Amino acid sequence: MFSPAAKDVAASLGLQLGRANLEEFADTLLSLARTNRDVLAVTSDSRGSGKLGPFGQALPEQIIEVGIAEQNLVGIAAGLASCGKVVFAVSPACFLTARALEQVKNDVCYSDMPVKLIGISAGVSYGALGTTHHSLHDLAALRAINNLDILVPADNHETREAILFAATARRPVYVRFGKAAMYHLVPARLPEGHGGAGRFEFGKARILRDGRDLCFVATGETVIHALLAAERLRQHGLTCRVLSMHTIKPLDTGAILSAARDCRGIITVEEHMIHGGLGEGVAGVLMQAGSAVKFRIVGIPDEYTVTGAQADIFRHYGITMEGLAATARALAG
Amino acid sequence: MTMSDSELARKSLQYRRRVLEIIKHAGAGHTGGSLSCVDILNVLYNRVLRVSPETFDSPDRDRYIQSKGHSVEALFVVLADRGFFPDSQLTTLCQYQSHFVGHPTRKVPGIEFNTGALGHGLSIGVGVAIGLMKDRRNARVFVLLGDGELAEGSNWEAAMAASHWQCGNLVAIVDHNSLQITGRTRDVCSNEPLDEKFAAFGWEVRIINGHSIPELTDAFRSRPEASRPLVVIANTVKGKGVSFMEDVARWHHGVPNDEEYARALRELDAALQETSHA
Repeated sequence: MFSPAAKDVAASLGLQLGRANLEEFADTLLSLARTNRDVLAVTSDSRGSGKLGPFGQALPEQIIEVGIAEQNLVGIAAGLASCGKVVFAVSPACFLTARALEQVKNDVCYSDMPVKLIGISAGVSYGALGTTHHSLHDLAALRAINNLDILVPADNHETREAILFAATARRPVYVRFGKAAMYHLVPARLPEGHGGAGRFEFGKARILRDGRDLCFVATGETVIHALLAAERLRQHGLTCRVLSMHTIKPLDTGAILSAARDCRGIITVEEHMIHGGLGEGVAGVLMQAGSAVKFRIVGIPDEYTVTGAQADIFRHYGITMEGLAATARALAG
Repeated sequence: MTMSDSELARKSLQYRRRVLEIIKHAGAGHTGGSLSCVDILNVLYNRVLRVSPETFDSPDRDRYIQSKGHSVEALFVVLADRGFFPDSQLTTLCQYQSHFVGHPTRKVPGIEFNTGALGHGLSIGVGVAIGLMKDRRNARVFVLLGDGELAEGSNWEAAMAASHWQCGNLVAIVDHNSLQITGRTRDVCSNEPLDEKFAAFGWEVRIINGHSIPELTDAFRSRPEASRPLVVIANTVKGKGVSFMEDVARWHHGVPNDEEYARALRELDAALQETSHA
């Protein structure tokens, strides 16, 4: 996932490797469920993939297995939510948001049932398994559905906060994340001058770094690569702002427009098809505000996705420190 | 408020008349399927379901989920009669800014889920049934399915889960009118034998005349043994109660012209006249 040079840059920033967001989710859910027996996990033969084995053992009455049947998973989750249950429907993002899309649209969003849809192993986390197991469509599909908040946490902190937010949300929420170990985006010991920046707040971009030349607006597991690229670019005389746009819907238009005012260029980065995701969402905000800021969307292009592990796919499409730094230099001109 | 079988039969005729009135007024609606499920809804709402406008927020209420959402006109008429909203609101059916759209939505008092895309209600019903069991509530869940709807595979995912989770509080009702928009269900894509399919999925099966008030009552009041879900296959006639609409596929969403409308009302009025003499 990270080149030796990228690891060096991470170390120079004091960033430490955490655990998989998937594991952070599983622990957070278990702790929530221990104190509230209305918290239920509904799985589609996905308790292993969802790291919910310990949950199932500790709280067998609070896990509902429906078998490999994602449509049924979401319908049942909606029914449970109507009884006042705090329902986490946990399934690989690829199946949850394609196979069960109509149940998400109607049973959850249209019927206004506050189900927490948890898309695990999202994006190209299952890289080598091929396109059947990729979710590069989910943000596009779900952004077009009314009454659904969409969260793509980048690191362990954001994942925990996203799950805590979802647990108390009174409307439907979709949270998606991957299964690779993730760097903490803020050093354990904040450097001088870092202030209180970097806390998660729903609907607000998390400002990881400020700068005036370019702004990276990244989401999910791509954010760390943007952050490392920003540090690398500093050595080339470019200062970069880095936003972790963990809330894809509603989008933080204020942060986007501030970036357009303050910086010469904006680069969006996402583990998603370039159509219909974060990039086009940001573009819509900029265009309608009349911004002429330089702009690039980095994501997975509209082609037969290259084969390989998640790291291979990221590298192939330039979602690395080196790739993003090159894109930035080209944009800065 | 206990009504006799004959009083309920009379109510069904009034409901059918009102269904035609609102569809004619709107110029749209699913006539055939609404007429086929009127007796089912009548018995549910007037004799079986423990639900009322006053108790609709109670977690102990019985739930009714209409998976075959297109027959919403019948549901609207019955809910209005049960006092969930004034009947006069039904003149807004399918009109600009009305909540009375062509499928159920929770904007209308008394409706549990927004349905209409087929193959959704049974999974939802399983979720509600499990939720009620978790809280040890005695309420029951009734889900109305169309027979054509059963081609949607999600129904069978739900059927499997209902028996796995021992949803003895769940009743699926199949409005088995044997017709769908294209024609006979057995010709479009046969799903027979339905009883054997549900039995193989672990369900208790009852086959009844879906227009018989006593048979519907008996079936809905029965409780299967050993926590098995119950399916009531209610044999019905699409377009029931209007001679020229009965068992004719084109009335799936046909709206009667003025002449047909007058004739249909004459038939229903004559039947009502007969019951008042009886």
